[in-house]
Amino acid sequence: MTLSLTPKRKQRLFVILGLVALAAIAVGLTLYALRSNINLFFSPVQIAAGDAPIERQIRAGGMVKEGTVARDPESLDVAFVVTDYVDDLEVRYSGILPDLFREGQGVVVVGELQSEGWLRADQVLARHDENYMPPEVAQALEEAGYAPEDYQAKAAEVAERMEAQQQGTSQ
Amino acid sequence: MWSFINKLRSPKWFYAISERLLPWFWVAAAALILVGSVWGLAFAPADYQQGNSFRIIYVHVPAAFLAQSIFVSMAVCGLVYMVWKIKVADMVAAMMAPLGAAMTFISLFSGAVWGVPTWGTWWMWDARLTSMLILFFLYLGVIALRGAFSSRDSASRAASVLAMVGVINIPIIKYSVDWWYTLHQPATFTVTGRVGMPMEMWVPLLIMVLGFYSFFIAVTLMRTRSEILRRESNKRWVRDLAGGER
Repeated sequence: MTLSLTPKRKQRLFVILGLVALAAIAVGLTLYALRSNINLFFSPVQIAAGDAPIERQIRAGGMVKEGTVARDPESLDVAFVVTDYVDDLEVRYSGILPDLFREGQGVVVVGELQSEGWLRADQVLARHDENYMPPEVAQALEEAGYAPEDYQAKAAEVAERMEAQQQGTSQ
Repeated sequence: MWSFINKLRSPKWFYAISERLLPWFWVAAAALILVGSVWGLAFAPADYQQGNSFRIIYVHVPAAFLAQSIFVSMAVCGLVYMVWKIKVADMVAAMMAPLGAAMTFISLFSGAVWGVPTWGTWWMWDARLTSMLILFFLYLGVIALRGAFSSRDSASRAASVLAMVGVINIPIIKYSVDWWYTLHQPATFTVTGRVGMPMEMWVPLLIMVLGFYSFFIAVTLMRTRSEILRRESNKRWVRDLAGGER
């Protein structure tokens, strides 16, 4: 008994591969058709373009813009701006914010978009990026003039600059 | 190479070779998981934002790796069984399924526990979490199919087909965080490419991942050995092994 592909085995192999390929195409087309529903949140650009429904529960996501968090000292009310560095979305919320909430942090807010263009949030969730670092490293970066809130923006800036440099050298 | 794979056809040969390999994988699993968990939980630095709750990564990521790898292994075994009719492949696939389901549950559960302090919620229907939940149901489906037929051949064929078709979900899990907006962040731990954490956090995580893989191999070998004895119990070599009774 050897393992060579006899005609019978080859036929079985092709039937199976064909079956899996067809299933993959079906799943792929379904996901493609549903892509806007699979996205967890609308980004401010999409909201500014009018893609999000008004006065229905939606989720919006982006970064908390630096220097925009305004807390009411009397209550739990808080207002801040969520940005994707292209468009901005004003969010008003009353409640307890997650520990990771801060300026420059990614957030997902659940709530209703008002016709005036701001979002009344029922829930605020913090996103976390894929980077972890010890507090000492964060402190060193801070002493070098980077606030922890800036890391992501700084990383994006550096990446942009490097890309521009690369384009400059290749041209 | 071919002669090696040819030998895998024989349950007897598998039984003999796995007996020699098994202790090594048990020792590797115990040592790596012990070193990795002590290092990760006690000595690795805390995260600047999450503090100590980030240490859940040392269970969450290895479990999620295994959950996906076991499903792929099961699909490969299913293909080998369906095309070449190698029975050992089917036994290996059958023995992997419960461990895969357990690992999927562990990654979902540890992720939920981690989500409460970090995100502010334990569950969100985002693409990564949902596709992982689907993986859990696929595992349950494979296990249920194996129990649902009176004929073992039909059960094996049905479970193999479900595993092979279900493997389509694996790239969806992997790339869900890149294709769609999700609450879950993109991958931190990569063996190649950019790593989102310093060495003193990454090395214990690597050790834990290797330890989990060794554990998976050891458990699969051990369970397949007892399955071979069960399925081949009327074969001469098994009866000789059992002391020639009857």
